Amino acid sequence: MATSVELSTEEGGTEGGPLLDVRNLHVEFRTREGVARAVNGVDYSVDAGETLAVLGESGSGKSVTAQAIMGILDSPPGFVTQGKIIFQGRDMLKLSGEERRKVRGARMAMIFQDALSSLNPVLNVGEQLGEMFTVHRGLSRKQARAKAVELMERVRIPAAKERVRSYPHQFSGGMRQRVMIAMAMALEPELIIADEPTTALDVTVQAQVMDLLADLQREYNMGLILITHDLGVVADVADKIAVMYAGRIVETSPVHDIYAKPAHPYTKGLLDSIPRLDQKGQELYAIKGLPPNLLHIPPGCAFNPRCPLAQDVCRTEVPPLYRVSRDRASACHFWKEVVGDDSAPADKA
Amino acid sequence: MSESSLPKDPGAAAADAPVVEVAEAAAAKLADREPILQVRNLVKHFPLTQGIVVKRQIGAVKAVDGVSFDLHAGETLGIVGESGCGKSTVAKLLMSLEQATAGEVFYKGQDITKLSGRALKAVRRNIQMVFQDPYTSLNPRMTVGDIIGEPFDIHPEVAPKGDRRKRVEELLDVVGLNPEYINRYPHQFSGGQRQRIGIARGLALNPEIIICDEPVSALDVSVQAQVINLMEKLQDEFNLSYIFIAHDLSIVRHISDRVGVMYLGKMAEIGTDAEIYEHPTHPYTQALLSAVPVPDPEAREHRERIILSGDVPSPANPPSGCRFRTRCWKAEARCAEEEPLLAIPTRFAEVDTPARHESACHFAEEKDVVGAA
Repeated sequence: MATSVELSTEEGGTEGGPLLDVRNLHVEFRTREGVARAVNGVDYSVDAGETLAVLGESGSGKSVTAQAIMGILDSPPGFVTQGKIIFQGRDMLKLSGEERRKVRGARMAMIFQDALSSLNPVLNVGEQLGEMFTVHRGLSRKQARAKAVELMERVRIPAAKERVRSYPHQFSGGMRQRVMIAMAMALEPELIIADEPTTALDVTVQAQVMDLLADLQREYNMGLILITHDLGVVADVADKIAVMYAGRIVETSPVHDIYAKPAHPYTKGLLDSIPRLDQKGQELYAIKGLPPNLLHIPPGCAFNPRCPLAQDVCRTEVPPLYRVSRDRASACHFWKEVVGDDSAPADKA
Repeated sequence: MSESSLPKDPGAAAADAPVVEVAEAAAAKLADREPILQVRNLVKHFPLTQGIVVKRQIGAVKAVDGVSFDLHAGETLGIVGESGCGKSTVAKLLMSLEQATAGEVFYKGQDITKLSGRALKAVRRNIQMVFQDPYTSLNPRMTVGDIIGEPFDIHPEVAPKGDRRKRVEELLDVVGLNPEYINRYPHQFSGGQRQRIGIARGLALNPEIIICDEPVSALDVSVQAQVINLMEKLQDEFNLSYIFIAHDLSIVRHISDRVGVMYLGKMAEIGTDAEIYEHPTHPYTQALLSAVPVPDPEAREHRERIILSGDVPSPANPPSGCRFRTRCWKAEARCAEEEPLLAIPTRFAEVDTPARHESACHFAEEKDVVGAA
């Protein structure tokens, strides 16, 4: 697959490379019904202090990519079949299980969507937060508890000292997600992957949690990969965006440009199909059809059965990531038309 | 007083008069018609008990605590609020799936909270529901034909036995599914298709009112728009009234004619979509709107964000006076003592402005947080 256009915006940053560099990653799930190709050649990079938003619908491969980076893919049935995950100059896929375990949690950490099911219901939060220090840093339980209180204060949980002995079910959704963030932050990792961190939360709480995450990222100069399906959340916090569809990146762009002028018909369709708070529109634009079944990804461009611009070439040839501008790329044979024909509706902003 | 234009009439920004006319015309149009559903002081308390052998009531979760609104024929009333504010309990009360603790629900003048047996069954035919989760609300062991046809078993007068299959096929066609799928099972469909099946079941008895509890929140973005468009099409076709419950404020604005904002079992503010979204007067509505991420980095920079501190208090022990006061930046001593009633604020009562709508705040004041103007 010819998809290796350089995607990182700042080539040759500190120490001659980005913090995380994912190259041509392929992941497949070998199931009884056949091989589901969940990730088909993903390239992206994140620098220290940078936020990359990975946007996609369910089944687009955005979470599987993250699991592969973290090394927590369910295997079997999931297998990384090709590619490189270079983190701080080392290819994670070449490390032994033991070496990888030292990186996970300490150097890169993950925040999951559903805090209630990600936390252990029979341990109090102090024990769970403290575990990070007893396991990775060899602290005593007493020291670990003090560290846990410190962490809870850092993520602005009120009355941390009293609440350190509370159990997850005694916390509200927003507070639980703060505990998750505290746990990810515990060992001050260089990279945090947040998989739909606010999807289960109400808007007012969502705003609090995203603010907290952004503040902590700035303070510790961490790289952040934010996985989401919410175009609104992305606009607020991301530096750059990678849009995924059927296991491939179909568009990458700095955050400002993508909203004004999407370069892929899928991105454009997504933007047109969400109702706006500040405008009462007429009928919503709806992308026709359904996301593809990963067991039977359509030949050529995976989006072609749903695409209004699809031509014969789209059904036979997989589009490479075409360079749209210095820091943008689009995997559409007709990206010029997409960028062009958007100029009219973009005026209304 | 900031007078800004309605989105329907952007050209009129300079003059105040046309804006007011639009709002008045809409209000007059609604007032002409008798509401199809009138909800008055609806209350639902869930008892909290202690003890295993001898159960004593030690308190109550005040899930819904005095909610009133009207629904007109052919109208969509959106109800928004955070989780735990009681919006889903309202839906269940309207369906008589829960027994109300107090209050009335008048359907065409008849109080349905007092009905039972045959009379209740007759009313339920006209009020149907579409549920949130299309994965758990369809029985996996029934075929699509059986699921959509099941309402006919309970109300055989709607479709005689021989006609049913034809009716189900028609319904599948109406919601945009292939009628040949009648013998398939729910697991053979995607989320969006399943929600269409749920909608077809809701339509089966030709109801007048459909209560939709988070109908699209489990769906992918690209499929949400398809289902919303379908619901709007069906509303025009069958003159349905919707009560549309959701936490996504953008979708509620898109589909609703009027919007009610709930907080901790009470209605905080209610009005037309433009009144609520462009001229909110209740601080909670303003905070809620300002917290919604807008998919447009340019617009974001012009918006003021109000970040509320803390969480929603427990409905078992709500704050005295105004329930929002613990998170409100305007709260004063009066808010703790005196509960603000849902009414048109006195300062706006005599003025012709879109801010003139019901709002339960002592210090109601207009604020454009969406930046629509």
